[in-house]
Amino acid sequence: MAIIAMTVNDKPVEIDVADRTLLIHVLRDHLRLTGAHVGCDTSQCGACTVHLDGRAVKSCSILAAQANGAKIVTVEGLAQGETLHPMQAAFHEEHGLQCGFCTPGMIMTAIDIVNRHGRPDEATVRAELEGNLCRCTGYHNIVKAVIAGAAKMEAAQ
Amino acid sequence: MNTAMSGTKFGKSQKRVEDARLVRGKGRYVDDMILPGQAYAAFVRSPYAHARIVNIDASAANDMPGVIRIVSGQDLLDAQYPPLPNIWMLHSRDGSEIKAGIRNALATDAARYAGEPVALVVAESREQARDAAEAIAVDYDELPVVADPTRALADGAPQLHPGIANNRAFDWEIGDEAATDKAFANATHRVSITLYNNRLVPNAIEPRAINVQWEGVEERMTIYITHQNPIGMRMLFSAVFGLAAEHKLRVVAPDVGGGFGSKAPAYQEEMAVAFAAKLIDRPVKWTADRSESFLTDAHGRDHLTYAELAMDGEGRFLGLKVHTLANLGGYISFSGALIPTYMYATMLCGQYAIPAAYCRVEGVYTNTCPVDAYRGAGRPEAAYVIERIVNVAAAKLGVDQAEIRRRNFIRSFPHQTPLVYEYDSGSYEACLDAALSLADYSNYAERKAGSEAKGLIRGVGISAYVEACGIGPSALLAKLGGGGNMWESAEVRVHPVGTIEVLTGAHSHGQGHQTTFAQVVADRFGVPMENISVIQGDTDRIQAGTGTYGSRASVGMSAVLNSCDKIIAKGKLISAYLLEVDAETVEFDDGVFSSKATNRTVAFGEMAFAAHAAAAFPTSEIEPGLVATSFFDPPNFTYPAGVYVCEVEIDPQTGVVRVDSFCAADDFGVIANPMIVEGQVHGGITQGIGQALWEQAVYDPDTAQLVTASYMDYGMPRADGIPDFKLTFCETPSPSNPLGMKGCGEAGAIGSPPAVINAVCNALGIDHVDMPATPEKIWRLCQLREAS
Repeated sequence: MAIIAMTVNDKPVEIDVADRTLLIHVLRDHLRLTGAHVGCDTSQCGACTVHLDGRAVKSCSILAAQANGAKIVTVEGLAQGETLHPMQAAFHEEHGLQCGFCTPGMIMTAIDIVNRHGRPDEATVRAELEGNLCRCTGYHNIVKAVIAGAAKMEAAQ
Repeated sequence: MNTAMSGTKFGKSQKRVEDARLVRGKGRYVDDMILPGQAYAAFVRSPYAHARIVNIDASAANDMPGVIRIVSGQDLLDAQYPPLPNIWMLHSRDGSEIKAGIRNALATDAARYAGEPVALVVAESREQARDAAEAIAVDYDELPVVADPTRALADGAPQLHPGIANNRAFDWEIGDEAATDKAFANATHRVSITLYNNRLVPNAIEPRAINVQWEGVEERMTIYITHQNPIGMRMLFSAVFGLAAEHKLRVVAPDVGGGFGSKAPAYQEEMAVAFAAKLIDRPVKWTADRSESFLTDAHGRDHLTYAELAMDGEGRFLGLKVHTLANLGGYISFSGALIPTYMYATMLCGQYAIPAAYCRVEGVYTNTCPVDAYRGAGRPEAAYVIERIVNVAAAKLGVDQAEIRRRNFIRSFPHQTPLVYEYDSGSYEACLDAALSLADYSNYAERKAGSEAKGLIRGVGISAYVEACGIGPSALLAKLGGGGNMWESAEVRVHPVGTIEVLTGAHSHGQGHQTTFAQVVADRFGVPMENISVIQGDTDRIQAGTGTYGSRASVGMSAVLNSCDKIIAKGKLISAYLLEVDAETVEFDDGVFSSKATNRTVAFGEMAFAAHAAAAFPTSEIEPGLVATSFFDPPNFTYPAGVYVCEVEIDPQTGVVRVDSFCAADDFGVIANPMIVEGQVHGGITQGIGQALWEQAVYDPDTAQLVTASYMDYGMPRADGIPDFKLTFCETPSPSNPLGMKGCGEAGAIGSPPAVINAVCNALGIDHVDMPATPEKIWRLCQLREAS
């Protein structure tokens, strides 16, 4: 067991967890932040993606202990009250989701793509989404949403 | 028929109301839930595809930390817990009944596919349950395996079920064999094809999950389950498994993270968990991991088919003859007998007027995961057969692939096919024209030359699919071997303040019913969308229904519409008192009751309040309150159709097939929400491209182990392999429901595999290549092509 101290969505938290506990399980089971989902056991699907110190990571591939001292942002930490993050708004407006299960991971990855590429073109978005799987949308509207979200994020700055 | 939904909501691309919680991570999926006293289940699974279970030694596991209870198949037998049902009864050609092997919730005598659950551990935590499951020692006696249906049928093959000779569950037929033989005898041209429709893993991104609570004192059970048909599951859990009386059993399917048919069956794991929860009198949760999903979520397709087409001198189709071996897996799944028979063979004539047709299907047991409904369920397999053989015919006759289709299209409706179904409506030629125009088909040669200049091989493929949606009527389904029960229910409750709750037995797993069902009500009542709540997926609130599969939303929405109309009829009676006019003179339009006999009007909300106040009208004549329930049983299936045009570019150096363009013209009848429908088509086409190019569940022939059991090994479509799609709609209303809708959820997955493979074959100048057209397979064909 080890005490892990993190900042999650701007709130400091301290949790006593077993050494083998993964970050995703701390978020979902201990902190009840169930937006990040577990969709696979091979780090392929990306449904568990969160931001760790500003970078998108698959929280099923990180031990909670590795996140000690880190700043974590989950999908629940994006909206400012009633106001959605521009990328969340873009997913809604472009119909970039259907069942919604992959959506939190997609949105966290999308924001990271924009942070690294600014206003990415379609080919860049498609290549960068390689690590996030969606079975409903055929990615078509997700790609549109990421491109639209990038424009919105730039406009919001 | 009334397709005149004339308001501002229905038929428009309304943004989805369900997004508000989903983009915030506030979805409510089964695994998100932790109940008071929560315990967790993990399964012990057979590592062998076929093995006798000799002994289960749980002594070490029993003493491990957190372990609450270990359950084996013997515990289920001791409790007289029955095996899983097969809901579709068929008769073979010789009149004998389908031969269904016994499938218990946990394997008892033997395991028949790798990963079959053998025992279950309940513990205080997920990790403890898993640790203990690993410590259970099962003594297996390995048996010979067979994964291939052709081998399984052979004499001397390993036998899966006692008393089922040659592993043949059924040998079924449909159509007129003598008439079809005669058509072949009189034909000028005959073509044939042997093809394999590859086995797929559905891969909803949310794994299967269940959380079961038993309240012993009241003998009430609550089951939270990620499922497409919670109401149907209530009946099963109660009637078949006796876990609680139906009125004391609550089944809740909250947000469901994709289904595609794979969350419609009853599964071994869910049945075992419910049993365990009652046994220990504590809530028990199980969530599949992805490996378990690959091994045990009912797979799709897996047909080996030989087909022949007879034609006259002008290429007009005279007869179609098909023989299919359907790999059922180790057991007949929930509706596993239905899919390769009435959902498949009935659609083999496609969009074509074929006077005579005959199909024989043999259902075969093998040591593989059971097969059940998967996106399209039988119709993709049918479309693939007819749309591939039509292209073989076009090549043989030297006729353009568009022209041979045009020559044979059904042109008048309703159209009785020789294979049971009567198509309701369609405009197949208009769809073909729309698709060809969208694809700029007439300038294809230029693009082909452009590819050749780059050293690439271009091909174009057309497919024209038709499918059957909105399953019903109940009596027909009962006649074909199902239990009936194909209606959908809807209750519309208007509250005193004029807000509305719509309770529907249909259930969304990504289709956006909360939005589209509200669109129907908003326009019918002339009220804002914000005033409407759509309630689904909880049997304590919705008492009757049949869920969502086979693009059944048209059935559910029709029930909603009929309930609205009952409210309006009552509203007219109440408004007549408020307006002091004869009820016959009252009209309702855009939220307002009016009568030519007076200048006064009554708004919908005023009428709703008056209905509850019950002071303005005699309650001896009109009951107070404003609630209406409808059960809609469709008079026929609906028959969506469409034409897809795909262009591929093949790199002969690598064998990689790149889908360069994909154009779709679909006839879904009247469309409730184009934005949502387009989204469903995108998803369907992507699954179809996945099937055509990458996806396949591969079993090792010697061990029957699934070798593609993770996202590392299975060719899931990813964003960078999919092109931008071009879509258009050709709308012919269906006469089978009051909204004129047809259904769109499966279309893309039905029409796209033959379009892609037709394009690949067109590019390489070959008759056929089996799916998936992987780079390795295509590279070899390119080498042959170069050599010749």
